Amino acid sequence: MNNILVLPMLIPLLTGIILVFIRSNVKLQQLLSIVSIILTATVSVYILERIQREGVLRLDFGGWKPPYGILFVADSFSMLLVLTSSIVTGIILLYAFSTMGKAYKQMFFYPFVFFLITGVNSSFLTGDLFNLFVSFEVMLLSSYALIALGGRKVQLMESIKYVAVNVLSSWFFLLGIAYLYGTVGTLNMAHLSVRIAEVGQSPLLTIISLIFLLVFALKAGLLLYFWLPGSYSVPPTAVAALFGALLTKVGIYAMFRVFTLIFYHEPSITHTLIAVMAVITMIGGSIGAIAYNDIRQIATYNVVISVGFILIGLALSTNVALQGSIYYLVHDIIVKALLFLLVGTMIYLTGKSKIQEMSGLIRNYPVLGWLFFIAMLSLAGIPPLSGFIGKVFIGQGAIESESYLLLGVGFLSSIFVLYSLLRIFLNCFWGETIISEDDDKPLKMGVLIPSVLLGLLTIGLGLGADAISAYVSDATRTLTDPSIYIRAVLNTIE
Amino acid sequence: MKVNDVILQTVSKIVVFIILTFGVELFLSGHNNPGGGFIGGLVLSSGFVLLYLVNDMETVHFGIPFDFKKVAAFGVLLAVGTGVGSLLFGSEFLTQTAGHFNLPVFGETELSTVTLFEAGVALTVVGVVVTIILSISEDV
Repeated sequence: MNNILVLPMLIPLLTGIILVFIRSNVKLQQLLSIVSIILTATVSVYILERIQREGVLRLDFGGWKPPYGILFVADSFSMLLVLTSSIVTGIILLYAFSTMGKAYKQMFFYPFVFFLITGVNSSFLTGDLFNLFVSFEVMLLSSYALIALGGRKVQLMESIKYVAVNVLSSWFFLLGIAYLYGTVGTLNMAHLSVRIAEVGQSPLLTIISLIFLLVFALKAGLLLYFWLPGSYSVPPTAVAALFGALLTKVGIYAMFRVFTLIFYHEPSITHTLIAVMAVITMIGGSIGAIAYNDIRQIATYNVVISVGFILIGLALSTNVALQGSIYYLVHDIIVKALLFLLVGTMIYLTGKSKIQEMSGLIRNYPVLGWLFFIAMLSLAGIPPLSGFIGKVFIGQGAIESESYLLLGVGFLSSIFVLYSLLRIFLNCFWGETIISEDDDKPLKMGVLIPSVLLGLLTIGLGLGADAISAYVSDATRTLTDPSIYIRAVLNTIE
Repeated sequence: MKVNDVILQTVSKIVVFIILTFGVELFLSGHNNPGGGFIGGLVLSSGFVLLYLVNDMETVHFGIPFDFKKVAAFGVLLAVGTGVGSLLFGSEFLTQTAGHFNLPVFGETELSTVTLFEAGVALTVVGVVVTIILSISEDV
C-alpha cells in the first residue's frame, strides 16, 4: 500500500478547493498556501527516500490492479521533478504574496495556482497515458485562467492564441491515444512498453509515436515554440515565473517518459527527429534571445533555448547524456524561476521593459544586480553554479556518441544565452543611474527574499551536486532500463 | 421593449419540474444503467439555466441563494473526499465500497459510496455550467 504517492497531487488539490471557500480572507489563504506547499515538498522528500530503499513505487487507484486500473508510479526521475517544482512554487508564492494585487488574490489566484500544481504533479506521477492527458488538461485549464486573469487587452490577445494552440494539441494528444489504443489495446505505460516490445515497433507505431512527439513538442516548446514568447511575457511576474519554470518541463518530462519507456525501438527515426528539432530550437531561440530589446522577451527565448538543450540528452539517450538532462532539468526549473522573478522585479522598479531605457540599476539595488549576475552565470553553465554539471554531462554524452553537431550547437547556444543576458546586465545594471536618490523605490523584502532563496538554491545545487547524485543516477538507471519500471508496475503480487 | 413571455413563464413552471426530476432520475439510475453524475448534473443545470432565462437573475437568486462557484467547489470537495475517506480506512485511494442496509421505508437497499462520489460530480457540473452561462450572460 503506497497511499502516500497520491499526496503530492491530493494536498494541492484539497488546498485549492478549500481556498475557494476562504476567498475573502487573503491572510488565511496565504497561510494555508505556504503550509500546504511545505507539506507537499516534505512528502516528496520522504517518497524520494523510500524509492531509494524500495525501488519504483506504485499505487493502484481503488485497488484495481494494472493494467486494468489507473495508477500512480513514482520513480526517482518523477519525484525529483515533483520535489523541485514544489520548492520553486513555494518560493514563487512568497513572491506573489507581496506583489500580486488584492483584486487578483480575491479572484481565485491562489486556487488556480494550486490546481496548476495538482496538474503538474499528477502529470509527473501518472503511469497511464490517458491519465496523463487528464493531468495535462487540469494543468492547462488553470493556466488558461492564470494567463487571462487581470484582463488587460494584451493578455486576452495572447491567451486566445495560447488556448487555441493548446486545445489543438490536446486534440492531437487524444487522437494519438485513440490510435495507440486501437493498435495495441492498452494505455498503461508499462503494459504498452511490454506489448510494443513483443510485436516490434512497426512503421504504424512509429507514426503514432510521431503524433505524440508533435503533441509534446507543442507543449514543451520544442521547435513549435511560436506561441511561447508571447504568452509567457504578458501575465504578472509571479505567473510568468511559474509558467517559465514548470509548464514546458511537463512536456519535456512526458517526452522523456514516452521515448525512453515506450517508443525506444526506432531511435534512428524518432530520436534523430528529436535531435533535428532540438538543434533548430536552439538556433531559433538564440536568434530570438539576441534580437529583442524587451527583457521579458529575452527571458522567454532563454526558456526556448534550454528546452532544445535538455532534449539533446534524450536525442542521444546514453546513460551520461540522460543524467545530464536530469541535472539540467532540475537546475532549469530553479534558474528560470529566478530569471523571471528578477526580470519582473526590474520592470516593477523602473516601469520600463526595454534595455535601452534602463541604466545603472546596480547603484540603487546592488543585491538585485548581483543576483542577476549569478542567474546569468548559472544559465551559461559556469562552475560552481548548478548549470555546470548538467552541461558537462550532456557534453560528455555527445562526445561519447560522436554527435559533434549537437555538441557544437548546444555549447554555442550557451554562449548566446550568456551574450543575451550580458546585454541586459551591461545595459540595465551598469552605466549612469537613471533613478535619482529621491525617486528611489525601496525594494521590499518580500520581493527580494524569494529571488535570494532561488539564488541560494542554484549555488547550493552547484556546490552540493553530490547530494542529489544518488537520486539522479537512480533516475537514469530507470530511464535507460525500462524493465525496472515495467517490473514495478506489472508485478501484481504484493 | 418589454418582451411578453407569459407563455414561456407558464410552461417553464411545469417543464423545469420535469427537467429536474429527470435529472435526479438519470443521476440515480447511473449506478447500474446509462446515466450518472455528469449527465444528471448537465440535465439539472439545464433546468437552472431555463429558470434564469425565463425569470431575471434577482428572482432566481432569491429562490436559490447559492453561489454556484462554491457549489462547484463543494462538489469537487465531496468527490475528492470519498477518495480521502478510503485513505482513512487504510485502503487504496479512491477505493469505493457498498453494503446492503435495511431501511424503514425502502426495505432492503444497497447503499454505495460511489453515489457520494457521483453526487460530487453532479454538483461540480451544475456549479460550473451555471457559472459559465451566467458569466457569458453578464457580458451581453
